[in-house]
Amino acid sequence: MTDRPHRSYRRPLLASVAAAAALVVTASPAGACGGLVGENGTIQLTRTSTLAAFHDGVERYVTSFEFTGEGEEVGSIIPLPDVPTEVVRGGDWTLQRLAQEVAPPQQELLAATAEAGDSAGRAEVILETTVDALDITVLRGGGEEVGRWATENGFLLTPDAPEVLDFYASRSQVFMAARFDASRAAELGQTAGDGTPIMLTIPTDQPWVPLRILSLGLEESRFVEADVFLLTDDEPDLLAGGPGLSLERSEAASASLLDDLRSDVGMEWVPEQMWFTYLQVAAPAGELDYDLAVSADDTTLPSLVDTGVDVPEIRPVSAVGSDRSSWPLALGAAAGVVVLGVLVAHDRRGARGPSPA
Amino acid sequence: MRPGKVAVRAALALVVGVGTAATGYAMDASAGPQDAVGPGRVRVEIGIEHSQFSIGHLQVEEGTLVEFVVDNDDPIAHELIVGDADVHRAHEDGSELRHPPVPGEVSVGGGDRGLTYFAFDEPGRVEFACHLPGHVAYGMVGEIEVVQTD
Repeated sequence: MTDRPHRSYRRPLLASVAAAAALVVTASPAGACGGLVGENGTIQLTRTSTLAAFHDGVERYVTSFEFTGEGEEVGSIIPLPDVPTEVVRGGDWTLQRLAQEVAPPQQELLAATAEAGDSAGRAEVILETTVDALDITVLRGGGEEVGRWATENGFLLTPDAPEVLDFYASRSQVFMAARFDASRAAELGQTAGDGTPIMLTIPTDQPWVPLRILSLGLEESRFVEADVFLLTDDEPDLLAGGPGLSLERSEAASASLLDDLRSDVGMEWVPEQMWFTYLQVAAPAGELDYDLAVSADDTTLPSLVDTGVDVPEIRPVSAVGSDRSSWPLALGAAAGVVVLGVLVAHDRRGARGPSPA
Repeated sequence: MRPGKVAVRAALALVVGVGTAATGYAMDASAGPQDAVGPGRVRVEIGIEHSQFSIGHLQVEEGTLVEFVVDNDDPIAHELIVGDADVHRAHEDGSELRHPPVPGEVSVGGGDRGLTYFAFDEPGRVEFACHLPGHVAYGMVGEIEVVQTD
């Protein structure tokens, strides 16, 4: 009696966060629209750009909300890896500078050529603040609790939202809800297309980059394209939960990039050296059901759980021919040795038979 | 069956349902495929989680008055609309966010329980669905097969 009908829609509402690295999601035909919750659909979130940088156990998460259309209120809910200690207005051009790093102006491109991705209770409001026309609320709670808070506070959740909220709440019960007040935007002189950058400071030791959120509310066949930028102290190890994520660049960040980022408002924390990673997400929304797990130091491996999918679907993200592409094999071999050892020990105990009473 | 006829029968069923003592039996339709339920008064429990009905198909005998109990475990609102093609066509735009107490139609808020009745008097197929925006496309649709009584 349970023929589950085909689903042509996928997860609507969140834009999420991450941890150990920097994520920038740039606008694309279908990309980065996750998280929109409109009162009547007249306001559309056209672009969500995000930078998540991990340095010394602290993530700085910078994202920009850009809306267009008419209406009074619209919002977005973003899953966070941990509780932020601060939410402030982000730098003026950090996101643009990162986008420029991989899409330089034509003349720079030419020059470079010449040289050579409750029933149980209520959500707890942890933090509330306002940044320009955005009312920001950081919540702690399960998927049902956060969903209920959202609906009680005027967010119109799409049908895939409950599953997506549960998906993220199973790993971190911290979410950020951002509501865009069109009336206040008008008072502030903001017009359609203006973006509002915000930066969250999140101490965390469990970094991950949300990708599934990009497919929120999209039909399964809708293609999602996004640029993902990571900035970490060391070269990261990456695990994803499926196809559609390619590693385009992995290198020491240039001094000019770090100097430029450091000179923006609130970006003085950028250290002298960081590792720069650029990935591209290109997948149908129906297949983008995973996140990106990141390990930012040499002593730990990315969490399998943080990919959001079952083990058979997990795959490493590494450049073709990279020496680091062999680390998952080494991990698998090591796990195999341990399992074999346990089985052998168990067989030996069994061969000895039960101990006499 | 014409919509008017369905409405009259359903309305009659509602009255009958309210006036009938609880002589029927309750069942949990989420348990999986089973034989046709009915006739008489039957209670069918339908759960909703992650915007999916707990059942996609139900078989009832003609002459059965089904009491639908809808438990919405999602934090968002849903609805259960039972009826023929004309009834569903009238709801397809999802413009009614809340439904008045019409037989076979019930709105259920997040975390709430809803109740409605529907009389299945003639053999055939009747759809049930949630017509809130995007919900049918997400898969919130199912079918009730009304079979002849031996």
